Amino acid sequence: MSTDSKHAVARWLARNSWVGPLVALLLLYALFAVLVPDTFPTAGNVRTMIRQTTVVGIAALGMTLVVILGGIDLSVGSAVALTTVVIAFLLQAGAGPVSAALGGVFVAALCGLFNGVLITSLRVMPFIVTLGAMGIIRGAAKGLAHEQKIDAPVTWLNNLIAELPAGSKWQILPTGVWLLIVLAVVVSALLHYTRFGRHIFAVGSNEQTARLCGVNVPGVKIAVYVIASALAGLAGIMQFSRLTVGDPTVATGLELDVIAAVVIGGGTLSGGEGSILGAIVGAMLMTEIKTGGTHLGLSNWVQEIITGVIIIVAVALDRLRHRRVGT
Amino acid sequence: MSEPPLRLRISDISKRFGPTVALDGVHLSVAAGEVHALVGENGAGKSTLMKVLSGALAPDRGEVHLDGALYRPRDPLDARRRGVAMVYQELSLAPHLSVAENILLGAEPTRAGVVRRNERDARARRALEQLDRVDIPLDTRAGDLPIAVQQVVEIARSLAQSDTRVLILDEPTSSLSDHDVRRLFDAIRRLRASGLSVIYISHVLEEVQTIADRFTVLRDGATVGTGAVGATPASDIVRMMAGRQLDQLFPRSPHTPGETILEFTDVAGIVKPEAASLAVRRGEVVGIGGLVGAGRTELLRAIFGLDPVKRGSVRVAAWTGWATPRRRLNQGMGLASEDRKGEGLALAMSVADNITLSKLAGLGPGFVVVPARQRAAAARWSERLRVRCHDMSQAVRELSGGNQQKVALARLLHHDVDVYLLDEPTRGIDVGSKAEIYGLIDALALAGKAVLLVSSYLPELLGICDRISVMHRGRLGPARPASELTEHAVLMEATGQA
Repeated sequence: MSTDSKHAVARWLARNSWVGPLVALLLLYALFAVLVPDTFPTAGNVRTMIRQTTVVGIAALGMTLVVILGGIDLSVGSAVALTTVVIAFLLQAGAGPVSAALGGVFVAALCGLFNGVLITSLRVMPFIVTLGAMGIIRGAAKGLAHEQKIDAPVTWLNNLIAELPAGSKWQILPTGVWLLIVLAVVVSALLHYTRFGRHIFAVGSNEQTARLCGVNVPGVKIAVYVIASALAGLAGIMQFSRLTVGDPTVATGLELDVIAAVVIGGGTLSGGEGSILGAIVGAMLMTEIKTGGTHLGLSNWVQEIITGVIIIVAVALDRLRHRRVGT
Repeated sequence: MSEPPLRLRISDISKRFGPTVALDGVHLSVAAGEVHALVGENGAGKSTLMKVLSGALAPDRGEVHLDGALYRPRDPLDARRRGVAMVYQELSLAPHLSVAENILLGAEPTRAGVVRRNERDARARRALEQLDRVDIPLDTRAGDLPIAVQQVVEIARSLAQSDTRVLILDEPTSSLSDHDVRRLFDAIRRLRASGLSVIYISHVLEEVQTIADRFTVLRDGATVGTGAVGATPASDIVRMMAGRQLDQLFPRSPHTPGETILEFTDVAGIVKPEAASLAVRRGEVVGIGGLVGAGRTELLRAIFGLDPVKRGSVRVAAWTGWATPRRRLNQGMGLASEDRKGEGLALAMSVADNITLSKLAGLGPGFVVVPARQRAAAARWSERLRVRCHDMSQAVRELSGGNQQKVALARLLHHDVDVYLLDEPTRGIDVGSKAEIYGLIDALALAGKAVLLVSSYLPELLGICDRISVMHRGRLGPARPASELTEHAVLMEATGQA
C-alpha cells in the first residue's frame, strides 16, 4: 500500500470512530465462539444478547447526543425507573398500552426539560445538575410507587423485547429491537443531515463559535436534554416490558453503562465527538462480555473487571488514534 | 574586536512526517549575547525546528551543538536542564497559583518536603530583577495578571529554574500593546547584555529590525537566507520569506462610499468602551486603532450583541436597537473574532462545517443539510480565498494559522453579510496570507460592503483603511481620512498624547 492510501485509510479511521469497537466486537465473538462452541455462537444466543442490549442501546442514543453537546446526563437510570412506575400506574388506572407508554415517555421528557432549563439558566455544570436530578427523580419514582413494585395488567407491552412466539417468527427480531434500529437510524440522520444536528456538534465543539454564528445555544441544549430523556423514557418502556411491573428501584447505575457504551463508541466527554453506531456497538460489546463470561462460567466479579478494562482500553486506543492523525 | 563565541550551531537538520517534509536541511548559528530572529511564513518549518530544539521532537538527520558540545535533548525537561528554554505563544502558567509559585513551579526550594517560602520568593524576585520587572507583585494569582505581565512571568520562570543559555521566544508580541512590546524589548536587551542568546520568532519585520542582531529566513523547511539585520533592507527579507515579490502588500483602489449602513452613538459597555460614536458607509473600510485593552474589541462585541451594553444606540441598515448575534447575522452583519482558536472557529469540526455554520439554511430542503451541497458551498469560498487544505472534510485544527483565518472570513462571505466587523484579522499569520486578506478587504469595499476593522498593526491600518478612528481608554476619537494620518499621529492619539 502506498503512503498516500495509508494516509487516506488513517483519515477515514479517524472520522469513523465506530470501526475500532466493531472490530473488537467481532474478535471477541470469535474468541467466545472458539472457547464455548456449543452454546455461544448459536442464533438463539445472539438474539438473546441483542434483546438484552435494547434498554442500554436506546438510552445510549440520547446519551450520544448529550455527550456530543459536551454535557452528561446522570439521571438516565432514574428516568427509566420513573417511566416504568408511570406506565404501571396508567395501566392500572385503565389506560390503554399506547397511552400508558406515551405517558411514560412524556414524564421522562419533562425530566429532560428540568435538566436542560436548569443547566442553561443557572449555568451549573451538567454533571452537578443531573447528579441532583438523579436523586430527585429516583425519589419521586419511589414516592409515587410508595416504595413498592406496582403490578400492571397484562398487555402486549410485556412482549416488546421477549423471545418471539412461534407465530411471529417472520419478524426475525422482537418489536423493541426493531424500534432500537429505527431510532438509531433516525437519530443518526438527525445528527448528520439536519441543521439541528450540525448545531449540536458546533455547541459541543466550541460553544463560543456557535454563539458567534448565531446558533441558539440554550435552545439547542434544552432540546438535546429533552430528546435524550424522551429516549430514556423509550428505554423505560423496554425495561417495563422486561419486568412487566413498575419498579422504582430498577435501573440503578444504568446511567454508567449507558455512558460507557457512548465512550467506548468514540464519544469524548469534552464534547464535539460521538457516534450513534459506535454507541450501539459499545452497548453490544458490554452485553457480549457478560454473556460470554457467563457461558465460560466466569464469576460476576471477573466479568465486571473485564468490562472495566475494556472501557479504559477503548478510550486509550481512541486517544492514540487521534494522536497519530494529529502529527 | 574578536568574534563572540558560538553558542548554538544547527547543521543540516531534517525531519519528515510520513509523506510531508517538514524540515529539509536547516542551518542556523547563534552567538553568545546575540538576538537572532527566525522568520518565515506559516508552514515554513519554524515550529518544527523549535520542537527539535526544545526536545519535543527528534530530527531524522543533522546535529545541533550547544557551546561546542553535541546537544540532543531527550525531552523538553532535559532541554531545559541543559539551558535551552522555550516560551510558547500560548502561555502555560497555572492561573490559580501566585507569581512566585509559578516562577519556581516544579523547582521549589524545600526543606524536608516543606516549601521554604522566603527562599522561593527571593529566587523569584531575583529572576524578575534580571528582567527589570520587580514591580510585578509576587503574591498575585497569575490568572489575574494581564497577558503582557504573564509573559514576563513565564520568561522569569525559565531564568529561575535553570542556567538558561538559549531563550526561545515564539511570537512573543502577538497579543501585546506597543507599550508592552517596548518593555519586553528592554528586558530582552538586558538578557542579551548578560550574555544570553535569544532566538526570536516573529512575523513582524519592524520588530525584527528593532530587536534582532541577525536573522535567518526559513522557507519550505530549508534555510534560504541569513545575515545581519542592519545590513539587509526589510524588502529583501520579505522577498526571501515569500519567494516572490510582494510589490503590492496593500492594494489601494479608489473606494466610493455610498449610504451609511452602520451608525452608533455614545456606546458604552459594562467596563469598556465608555463612549463611542461612528458612522460607516457602504464601500469603505474604517479602521479603529489604539492600544490593546483600549476597548476596541469590546466595542465590536457590543455592536454585534456578544457583550452586554450599558447605554448608547446603534443602527444597522434599517434596524435600530440592540440585538443578539443571531439577529445581527440576519440583518447582514458578521464578526470575525480576534480569538481564532477560542471563539472564531470550532477547531474539531471540518472546513465545510465552519464555513457554513452560520447559514445552513438553503443547503437542503427544509431543515435538512445535504453534506455534498455543504461541501460545495464551502469549496466555492475556500477556492476564492485559496485556503490550503486536503478537502472540505478536513478538521480546521489541522490547518495553519493563515488558512484558519481564511476559513473564519469565508464564513462571512458564505453568509453574504453587508457589514464586516473584523477584529485583528491578520494577527499571527504569514505575509502571503496577509496580502491575500488585504486583497479581499479591498474587493469587499469595491463590491459595496462596509468594513469596520480593529488592528494593532499600524502599517496595516494606514495601508488599507479609508478612514481611521483611534480609541484611547474606552473613548473613540473622530474618524479621519487615513491619507491625513501618520503612524506617529495614530500612536500619539492612542497613548493619549494628542
